Amino acid sequence: MSLVPEIDYGTPASLSEKMVTLTIDGREITVPEGTSIMRASMEAGIQVPKLCATDMVDAFGSCRLCLVEIEGRNGTPASCTTPVAAGLKVHTQTSRLKDIRKGVMELYISDHPLDCLTCAANGDCELQDMAGAVGLRDVRYGYEGDNHVKARDNGETNTRWMPKDESNPYFTYDPSKCIVCSRCVRACEEVQGTFALTIEGRGFDSRVSPGMHENFLSSECVSCGACVQACPTATLTEKSVIEIGQPEHSVVTTCAYCGVGCSFKAEMRGEELVRMVPWKDGKANRGHSCVKGRFAYGYSTHRQRILNPMIREKVSDPWREVTWEEAYAHVASEFRRIQYQYGRDAVGGITSSRCTNEETYLVQKLVRAGFGNNNVDTCARVCHSPTGYGLGQTFGTSAGTQDFDSVEHSDVVVIIGANPTDGHPVFGSRLKKRLRQGAKLIVIDPRRTDIVRSPHIEAAYHLPLKPGTNVAVMTALAHVIVTEGLFDEAFIRERCDWSEFEDWAAFVADENHSPEAVEKYTGVKPEDLRSAARLFAAGGNGAIYYGLGVTEHSQGSTTVIAIANLAMATGNIGRPGVGVNPLRGQNNVQGSCDMGSFPHELPGYRHVSDDATRDTFEKMWGVKLSDEPGLRIPNMLDAAVDGTFKGLYVQGEDILQSDPDTKHVAAGLAAMECVVVQDLFLNETANYAHVFLPGSTFLEKDGTFTNAERRINRVRKVMTPRNGYGDWEVTQKLAQAMGLDWNYSHPSEIMDEIAATTPSFALVSYDYLDKMGSVQWPCNEKTPLGSPIMHIDGFVRGKGKFIRTEYVATDEKTGPRFPLLLTTGRILSQYNVGAQTRRTENVVWHEEDRLEIHPHDAENRGIHDGDWIRLASRSGDTTLRALITDRVAPGVVYTTFHHPTTQANVITTDFSDWATNCPEYKVTAVQVSPSNGPSEWQMEYDEQARQSRRITAKLEAAE
Amino acid sequence: MNLHMPVPDIEERTLAIVNALKGLEGPLLPILHEIQAEFDFVPEDCLPVIARELNLSRAEVHGVVTFYHDYRRHPAGRHVLKLCRAEACQSMGGDALAEKVKALLGIDFHETTGDGAVTLEPVYCLGLCSTAPSAMLDGEVHGRLDDDAIAELVSEARR
Repeated sequence: MSLVPEIDYGTPASLSEKMVTLTIDGREITVPEGTSIMRASMEAGIQVPKLCATDMVDAFGSCRLCLVEIEGRNGTPASCTTPVAAGLKVHTQTSRLKDIRKGVMELYISDHPLDCLTCAANGDCELQDMAGAVGLRDVRYGYEGDNHVKARDNGETNTRWMPKDESNPYFTYDPSKCIVCSRCVRACEEVQGTFALTIEGRGFDSRVSPGMHENFLSSECVSCGACVQACPTATLTEKSVIEIGQPEHSVVTTCAYCGVGCSFKAEMRGEELVRMVPWKDGKANRGHSCVKGRFAYGYSTHRQRILNPMIREKVSDPWREVTWEEAYAHVASEFRRIQYQYGRDAVGGITSSRCTNEETYLVQKLVRAGFGNNNVDTCARVCHSPTGYGLGQTFGTSAGTQDFDSVEHSDVVVIIGANPTDGHPVFGSRLKKRLRQGAKLIVIDPRRTDIVRSPHIEAAYHLPLKPGTNVAVMTALAHVIVTEGLFDEAFIRERCDWSEFEDWAAFVADENHSPEAVEKYTGVKPEDLRSAARLFAAGGNGAIYYGLGVTEHSQGSTTVIAIANLAMATGNIGRPGVGVNPLRGQNNVQGSCDMGSFPHELPGYRHVSDDATRDTFEKMWGVKLSDEPGLRIPNMLDAAVDGTFKGLYVQGEDILQSDPDTKHVAAGLAAMECVVVQDLFLNETANYAHVFLPGSTFLEKDGTFTNAERRINRVRKVMTPRNGYGDWEVTQKLAQAMGLDWNYSHPSEIMDEIAATTPSFALVSYDYLDKMGSVQWPCNEKTPLGSPIMHIDGFVRGKGKFIRTEYVATDEKTGPRFPLLLTTGRILSQYNVGAQTRRTENVVWHEEDRLEIHPHDAENRGIHDGDWIRLASRSGDTTLRALITDRVAPGVVYTTFHHPTTQANVITTDFSDWATNCPEYKVTAVQVSPSNGPSEWQMEYDEQARQSRRITAKLEAAE
Repeated sequence: MNLHMPVPDIEERTLAIVNALKGLEGPLLPILHEIQAEFDFVPEDCLPVIARELNLSRAEVHGVVTFYHDYRRHPAGRHVLKLCRAEACQSMGGDALAEKVKALLGIDFHETTGDGAVTLEPVYCLGLCSTAPSAMLDGEVHGRLDDDAIAELVSEARR
């Protein structure tokens, strides 16, 4: 094993299609016009010495090391900033160049410490490499003069020297090692788009400065790691590298956080993870990362991880550690007993959007083939189930239409109910890059998110609608497009059903759907809405990106349909730069949906009542399958409360914290007789569990994740599971204990079974993925290379279907008792229920959930910034601290749900999407009042959680 | 001196300047000039306001301010004496002149006399090489400085 090689071409690739031929050091090379001489050389295998150039950022030309000579031209131009031209004859090594380079290096080294042997970058230092490359043998200048290397030996203060900044939990900034190449500054600007860094001062005083000479933590830095990756020296270094040393091998794998699905190199020393470095060839992230994927993997070795299976009779008992065999046997006998006693449908399973496709497939197979019912659901129920329904109805597939590269071709981007800079940061950075190039942005969100306005980007229109009125706003946008004749008639006639369009057009054209008419409940200024509609319809390639702010409503499915209508009406489907793009919350939400995690669908979105599909699986599995849709999560909980549902197998999912109306979830779980939780930690759901099966992390198993762009990415095992088994092995053992004849020896065999049974995965195999890097489904005979863009020549369902979208106000209404609307979201540094990120250093950025409230509403209630407040709804109440901000409109409050102590879902109600039961997290009528401490429920809950997490030692249990 | 100006006041005055000039193409330098004219230096508290209004990051504004020596980070004395330290002036006795001035004022470069009268600064070329050594007092240039001339200049500055 060795490190995965990555070539640094020095400058970004040129997209030109015109080719140019030139000669470099006697070798002829043909490259696209606009390529730098440096890059062309590298492509010809000739490495020009360089320091300030790296291919993640544009050429800068400051280090003067990459100079070349060109026949017929004067001087020694920098190869990074000089583009190729036909017929050039370039020399990269001449005696003149050698002298210049040696002189430049000597000056660099004269102001750089010579502690190479003890330096953290030893073995991975470009400065050291270049000193070697130019043959530097001595430095004539000495260290007596001006330098910024050390604090002076003679006791004097060296005002040029600055101490190390260790404020960021993951990397250090050591100014004494800085050569001021500006790579970090440019990476922060060009790649991440945060502009948190600058070079302060000039000449000898030049230093990299986060913010206004602040430390990294208090600056605008979002800790994405791009600067650390760009740094050619040890100036910016991962603390893990300082602690452990350089990695000796690396493995390409996929991040297990959000639905962007970034590819990383896990750089290892033996089985120890040294660092995660974004992989340049990763097609979702193109070499970029965020603070979570890059740094927040420490949870995998956190001391709270449970490594042994545990059992208890009652949830009030302490846990008892048992052997795996005991645990499997116990679960098998309990589930068999429950089914015998209460009927076949009294048990079910919940698949995880965090586990691999293979693991998800096995859980639904266990339920369908082992339990003999269709009681399987997944957490997509509470996030993107409306996407599946809405896009399935209108286009014919339950997935986004584009790849992430598509955004590079967009002219107008609409963001609805999504916060990409926090929730999907790497996509957020790619979007911001496109916006800085001139694309226009329309944001439809109750809250002024960072994408609305942050350095160098600003939305053309922000429509701050009242939570719960998405459908009205989307229909009003369509009203403007239809009544002003801005729709794309040719596209609609060719690709959609014209009579359905006419019906829909007549519906949206109704005066009741005009921006002026809907203003009274949406709160959106009609003139802004009209301008936004015109911009989207007439501004070129229009792309719509949306998140849970669309789906988690009582009309979530309707909004998805309205989005699809809008894209079809404006002809924005079927080519790069356009499309409808759901931003998936979790790493494998797309995959878990694809794998048949829903109670009514077998893998590949085929209904359980479809005889042919059932037949395929019945033949493969050798059992008879039920043709009746099973229970959804909320139905399982209802049935549990009613006493007809008694056993649940939950893999990698914390429904108690993530699902709405916590008290109802708790009551449902408490009414069951055997709750099996498989997770890394004793999560909140485990408080009500009878069996705990330790889970494994994404670093400990092979598999695949499918990201928001339908891309199937490989997850590769880099270390032995600390708990002993990958999750797929545990499910298999459980199935075997229940008498099923499963014999998978590797997850690749599970993928082979998926490919054999599911047409959209027909050509997928591990060998094929290894060869291709990744593929986007559908990947079959018709599209062997996968499908970056869908619906190119026609919709999957045939003709695109326009569907009327009547706005129906949610039943969750404000009134005198609950006058404010609560909406929820997430923050950059934390992820979902926080089970992983709360167990990393990421807590320095977000140690608690806060309630954002407008200054006007706060003043009315006598609330000051940082005060404890009581947040109450019809469902329950909780307490947290207030954050006063005008990001939210008056009448709207906002919080995150990353911390279990906050219990934000005690507040949310059990209203849900009419089509899919996706809960209405995004709208809850609440009241906010001053408070002086945790609510009664929080204290009860804490006590219950504390009690239920007790573990007795193995020996004790044996007595 | 305005060291203890209340922050809201700085913000308000900065905002007025930014709003008046932000329509210019490349408005940052003119804004900083105007800020310096308003406050006699560029107070740190102005920077986030400028950044916010121009939709730049704090870092970017900080980078620009610190790049130009003429944007002061602290209030100067009532008079500013700049001595040219570039090559031509050095070859014409600039070093000795600098020592003389430092002795007369009792301060080093970048310092202000205790009575707040004079700030002494080096400058790299006033473009008066033909009349070296040269200096600038409060924007007015002086050439061919010998011991007498500089003494007179310093005593003028001390007043």
